Amino acid sequence: MSQALWIAKTGLDAQQTRMSVISNNLANVNTTGYKKGRAVFEDLIYQNVRQAGAQSSQDTQLPSGLMLGTGVRTVATEKNFTQGNLVQTDNALDVAIEGRGFLQILMPDGTVGYTRDGSLKIDSEGRFVTASGYEMQPGIVLPQNTQSVTISRDGIVTAAVPGSVAPVQVGTLQLADFINPAGLQPAGENLYIETAASGPPQVGNPGLNGLGNLIQGSLEGSNVNTVEELVNMIETQRAYEINSKAISTADQMLQFVNNQLGR
Amino acid sequence: MDRMIYLAMTGARETMLAQAGVSHNLANANTTGFKASLQHAQTLDVQGPGHPARAYSMGLDRLADLTPGTLQTTGRELDVALEGQGWIAVQAPDGGEAYTRAGDLRVDPLGRLTNGAGHPVMGEGGPIALPPFEKLEVGNDGTVTIQPLGQPANALAQVERIRLVNPDPATLRRGEDGLIRAEPGMAPPGDAGVKLRTGALETSNVNTVAALVDMIQLSRQFELQVKMMSAAEDADRASAQLLRMS
Repeated sequence: MSQALWIAKTGLDAQQTRMSVISNNLANVNTTGYKKGRAVFEDLIYQNVRQAGAQSSQDTQLPSGLMLGTGVRTVATEKNFTQGNLVQTDNALDVAIEGRGFLQILMPDGTVGYTRDGSLKIDSEGRFVTASGYEMQPGIVLPQNTQSVTISRDGIVTAAVPGSVAPVQVGTLQLADFINPAGLQPAGENLYIETAASGPPQVGNPGLNGLGNLIQGSLEGSNVNTVEELVNMIETQRAYEINSKAISTADQMLQFVNNQLGR
Repeated sequence: MDRMIYLAMTGARETMLAQAGVSHNLANANTTGFKASLQHAQTLDVQGPGHPARAYSMGLDRLADLTPGTLQTTGRELDVALEGQGWIAVQAPDGGEAYTRAGDLRVDPLGRLTNGAGHPVMGEGGPIALPPFEKLEVGNDGTVTIQPLGQPANALAQVERIRLVNPDPATLRRGEDGLIRAEPGMAPPGDAGVKLRTGALETSNVNTVAALVDMIQLSRQFELQVKMMSAAEDADRASAQLLRMS
């Protein structure tokens, strides 16, 4: 029926998607290591109603044609991997990544997940795990009677044990980097999964080959800017309203035809 | 039946198409780098026997409203916005060169620099490919500088320069995929006067208030055309009444 109705509907869909992305950002304003997302829009294909340069009569040509756009579509929701604020927690098992890179986590299905959330825990067997209980990769196991843990900037984990003057080196936390972090697929639980768009992981020790440093006793906060999200929310709401106005106008036009003609 | 109803019909049809154009602009009120499409109507005289009083209406559009949108700062190093006039050259899906103002750049797994819609960004010598990098800076003339992965901060490498052009708008047209292309054989040269700003995006230049007013005006105009059709119907009925026997 009326094109205007369907075009305005694509506008409503797009604003709805954007609102969901904004809500998700605002809901995660205090999530450790959360990276804000944004919806990327693109105008839909154009219909060539009248070809420019076509003959308008035998001797004259149309100087311009009529290209009718068909609305908008959401191409992607993209993550913005700028650094979040570093919050000092003084907890020995909190590590923040300053710079590029992700911690590697062994997921229950055997695949590797990636995270920027460095709030580590220790399970009953002394292993380093995430808040969900997933083990770190490469696995690090603390000795039974560990008194304190130190994680150096380049990822070396040492434990102080009674009866030993020198601390015991128990392993190294490694980081993985991607050529296109924005292509990683968010999997919930602060985890990301490798995709064809992100490229394969390049694993290395922190501080080397462009990877970030680890900072013990700190956590990386969310990089959501609440003021920016609120402004985005206002903009989205107004755009939504105006698109619904376009629908009601197109509806009124059709209604008017029905009422006026063929009585 | 009277020709009047057909004339009113073309008016109503073109008004409906123009309304679709306004809806398209409103739907893209938040699309990065979108340029509002502009429509206008033109009269088309009907040649033939009799008094030349009939003229159909025909809707046409011009390239687009090229006024720059407002800049929205995002702080992302790969977001670039054009200051003032100009275009970023990208590779269209058909392999040719096209132009856009959407500068939400990203790097794909092959190291190619693309924009948010996935079109590879053109350098002076074809699509730009980047070696693995730690940091990337886009200068305000489009020069892409990287700090290669694992290199110190003083070992910067200049990779490519984003192709920026500023052709005469009269030589440009919008393709069916929404990208702007130059007329065949009119490929514009690079323009050093086009400036980029990094960490910002250009918003859509759709003026929602103006579009809303257009929408109301078109809607009233449409009702007027329908009223004319209704009047033609009444006149037709009246003449049929006259001719009726008894």
